[in-house]
Amino acid sequence: MKLETHAWPGSYGAEAKPRVGFFTDTSICIGCKACEVACKEWNHVPESSEGFTGHSYDNTVALDADTWRHVAFIEQRKEVGVDGAASLAQSASLDQLIDETGLGTYQEGDGLRWLMASDVCKHCTHAACLEVCPTGALFRTEFGTVVVQEDVCNGCGYCVPACPFGVLDRREEDGRVWKCTLCYDRLKDDREPACAQACPTHSIQFGELSELRERAQVRVETLRDAGAEKAQLYLHDSDDGIGGAGAFFLLLDDPEVYGLPPDPVDTTHDIGTSWKAVGAATAGLGLTLAAAVFGGRR
Amino acid sequence: MTGGSGGRPDGGRRSATREEGATRRSYYGQPVIKQPVWAPEIPWYFFMGGLGGASGGLAYLAGLRGSELLARRSWTIALAALTISPVLLIKDLGRPERFLNMLRMFKVTSPMSVGSWVLAASGTTTALAALNSLTGRLSRLSRAGRPAAAALGLPLATYTGALIAQTAVPVWHEARRELPALFAAGAATSAGAAATVATPVADAAPARRLALLGAVAELVLARVMERRLGELAEPYHGGPSGALSTAARGSTAAGALLVATRARRSRGAAIVAGSLLLTGAACERWSVFKAGFASASDPRYTIDPQRGRVTKRRASGGAGVAAGEAATDA
Repeated sequence: MKLETHAWPGSYGAEAKPRVGFFTDTSICIGCKACEVACKEWNHVPESSEGFTGHSYDNTVALDADTWRHVAFIEQRKEVGVDGAASLAQSASLDQLIDETGLGTYQEGDGLRWLMASDVCKHCTHAACLEVCPTGALFRTEFGTVVVQEDVCNGCGYCVPACPFGVLDRREEDGRVWKCTLCYDRLKDDREPACAQACPTHSIQFGELSELRERAQVRVETLRDAGAEKAQLYLHDSDDGIGGAGAFFLLLDDPEVYGLPPDPVDTTHDIGTSWKAVGAATAGLGLTLAAAVFGGRR
Repeated sequence: MTGGSGGRPDGGRRSATREEGATRRSYYGQPVIKQPVWAPEIPWYFFMGGLGGASGGLAYLAGLRGSELLARRSWTIALAALTISPVLLIKDLGRPERFLNMLRMFKVTSPMSVGSWVLAASGTTTALAALNSLTGRLSRLSRAGRPAAAALGLPLATYTGALIAQTAVPVWHEARRELPALFAAGAATSAGAAATVATPVADAAPARRLALLGAVAELVLARVMERRLGELAEPYHGGPSGALSTAARGSTAAGALLVATRARRSRGAAIVAGSLLLTGAACERWSVFKAGFASASDPRYTIDPQRGRVTKRRASGGAGVAAGEAATDA
């Protein structure tokens, strides 16, 4: 298991702390949004006023400058881990029932499942936001997490489209970029982040990353054995496009169903290609200028 | 926040099954990545930085060749463009008063950081060279300043391609090989066109050649970029970026035709040709800028290629998970 990042633990020497993170086990999320509320309370995050969306019980829509924990709600007409034939038969009769009674809402009747998941900044091992930040406002902490220094950020906005998860956003009235700090202030006091402490079902688990990954592996195997065939760990692998995340997830369906990218990559990993293209274009421009000035009669 | 796939410009171009499939495989059609927060200042900066950077190069080389008038006019153009450039950039910051934080560090992983230093250096040297060319003062300093301004102007015109390419926006990131060259071509067109407008016909031959070379390269490179992008290039074929792309092409082609013919004899035609080419180069930058917003707002552009990679990896490696995948889509 490779946990090292560019700056952690190397640049901290003896002051480096163990790398910490979140394991969000969505299979036991009940959609109570205590994490959203606790996060807002502790971090003084302004209200997010999307109002009624009609997307199940979701009223914060996505992570942004004013939403650092976002609970997604997905309604699926599908059974968890029943064998194929039984599941097909059940959903067929359910369709019939819905047709006959006119009761079309997903909450009614059996044979439906409701996926809930609390999303958060991933605190990537290879964090594009941190790499592209021109001011150094984004930095890697001694805990291996990624944090924006609000007294340095000048609101250039480069990190916003650089993040492969769409986590960072600029706060309009403020001009700066905001995101989850993994409660950096609480970590310094040896306390767990507010969302994890508030979670009543331990869907959000905080701890040392190496230990969380082991725990997650056991959990996903248990769920698979119980018949949840699409149960999968997401961003737990050091070999993925972001080098694994500090905040990873256990999902019951594919990531895109939850609004997560199925194969995210650190957008700066191929910066060499870009600089080479810049070099070639720069040389080409120089040659074109020379040809235009010296390549004619007058 | 944006409204997902609902407002897509290309409407009914795709088959119904494909649309439904995309909707089902996203979270209520919400974008996966964020649209940039950059305002209109940014595409105008791309245009101005290109114009100013390449004009410095043109001015320096024209001076070496002994075309004094062309050199002087081009230094003036470079100075004007590079005076406006930092103003545009600072205005776009969420906290303009903190613009100096851009020079807090130097990071090669951040094209914006590298670009800030290039702009600061090329702006300073261009100011030196232009002041010398206009007033005759500072001649010792400007002897070093002129070639430095010319050399620094070139990367100033191209790094912006890398800046937008190093984002998660599919239509930009997947064009990372072409964007710097496309912006370089636009810069050559702009510098040549502006000098063609500002210089008497008899002294403007190098400028006309530069404008023509740049315009042809711009038209070709835009095509190459769209080809290589494949399906991701859809934003260039409809909506605001599609309209801007068409305008860019028409304006550039017309300007190129004129600059190669009548503009060699008539100052009036030269002014029209130069204006057309400048309009074309500006529209091209705007088209690329707008395409990024359309590309970021539709989750399909983010999810589909990534899902394709996963499926391919599973087909070649472990086949264990693939069965479950097929079952959900049924």
